[in-house]
Amino acid sequence: MAIFYYLIFPGFLFTVIVGLLTAWFDRKVTARVQWRKGPPILQNFYDVGKLLIKEVPIPETANKTIFLLAPAIALAAATLSASMLGVINMNWNYTFVGDLIVLWYIMSIPSIMIVVGASASGNPMSSVGASREMNQLIGYELPLVIAISTVVFKVGSLGLGDILAYQANNGPILYSISGVISCIVILICLQAKLGLVPFDIPEAETELGAGAFMEYSGAALGAFKLTKAILLYTSPIFIITLFWGGIQIKGLGILWAILKYILFIALFTLIRNTNPRLRIDQSVRFFWVTMTILAIIALILMSLGY
Amino acid sequence: MPLGLNSLKKSIWVYHVACSPCNNCDIEILDLLTPRFDVERFGIVLVGSVRHADALLVTGMVNRQIKPRLQQLYLQAAKPCVVFAIGSCAVNGNFFRRSYNMAGPVDRVIKEVDPNAIIVYVPGCPPKPESMISGVVKAIGFLDNLKAKKK
Ligand code: SF4
Repeated sequence: MAIFYYLIFPGFLFTVIVGLLTAWFDRKVTARVQWRKGPPILQNFYDVGKLLIKEVPIPETANKTIFLLAPAIALAAATLSASMLGVINMNWNYTFVGDLIVLWYIMSIPSIMIVVGASASGNPMSSVGASREMNQLIGYELPLVIAISTVVFKVGSLGLGDILAYQANNGPILYSISGVISCIVILICLQAKLGLVPFDIPEAETELGAGAFMEYSGAALGAFKLTKAILLYTSPIFIITLFWGGIQIKGLGILWAILKYILFIALFTLIRNTNPRLRIDQSVRFFWVTMTILAIIALILMSLGY
Repeated sequence: MPLGLNSLKKSIWVYHVACSPCNNCDIEILDLLTPRFDVERFGIVLVGSVRHADALLVTGMVNRQIKPRLQQLYLQAAKPCVVFAIGSCAVNGNFFRRSYNMAGPVDRVIKEVDPNAIIVYVPGCPPKPESMISGVVKAIGFLDNLKAKKK
């Protein structure tokens, strides 16, 4: 059963399909914002399908094992985070003590694997990308963890199932001032985790070529693309689970769940399309000052009962 | 998931190599990516790394300095990779063909390192974006032939 969960339903197959469709939605909305027609609905499937038949040249300077292992581990970790969230949303009893912390760790493995893979490739552009990714990781983890702890203190438990049960009894955490503020903080932190535009500093096309992904091609690059797609699916679900009562897969709940999901994806796309890219120092300062202060304000408001 | 050449046809990532052009061809290539022509609807995207490229858009006559770089770029690209010679300069040297630093039009330079390279010629000085799109369409037709041969 665990293998079925991991590979088929809330896991790999399902999330890849939904994630790639979401990535298409993102591209299409971007195109419409720019008065273009945009790619066809299966575009991202074509991209990945094509990458699978391309050859994978390995640079002479690279450490072959780490270079090829990094995308595989990133993909496995992203899939694991998606299946964990999916399974716990399906049945709250599958929760265990501290699964929120486990999930949070697993969700940062892809970013670390990007750093590892990029440094293993031996390309100077990649190493600049890797250092930026690392800086950015250090930047957004601080407000992210404070915002998560707001929810944890409110519920009094580190289990995702308990958070969902609490919201089922007392109403979603989003419907309070502290909830709204920490939700915004997490939304922006996840934007950085996904590497979407104002925070796409590690792969800044116009400065670094492809940054951290410079030397990757073929199936290895495909694995990274799938990782990004899965994370694009996981991030809204993560926010919805923490703040908006999770996803119910029965009756009208499905429709409501899809609406919530699309709302958050639209927010990601909107932020992406209305902001220019930041410099790395601006980004870190933004997270450590503005976002952290916002997150702490939310934490204080929560302890005052708002 | 649609696999293989079928999906390659629908998702061509291009990498722009300027080999001493007069820059007019490059401007036309950038035109191609603007909302007016919007090649993303055919899945054509400009990428920043040659490792990701399915097609090299080469412009300009290739001079002696850039020749080894172009060859190296071609070798670094992940195959299958199509080369587009864009503009009369890239196709046959145009009015630079008797120049002292001309190292041969694009096809000769590429064929030195890979005799079986697929090269698509888009003449014009500069070629219109429409003719570039038609070049891509012809390249796709070539991929179809390749598939038919394989069968
Ligand atoms: S073909 Fe014409 S427009 Fe293009 S690079 Fe040569 S001279 Fe310039």
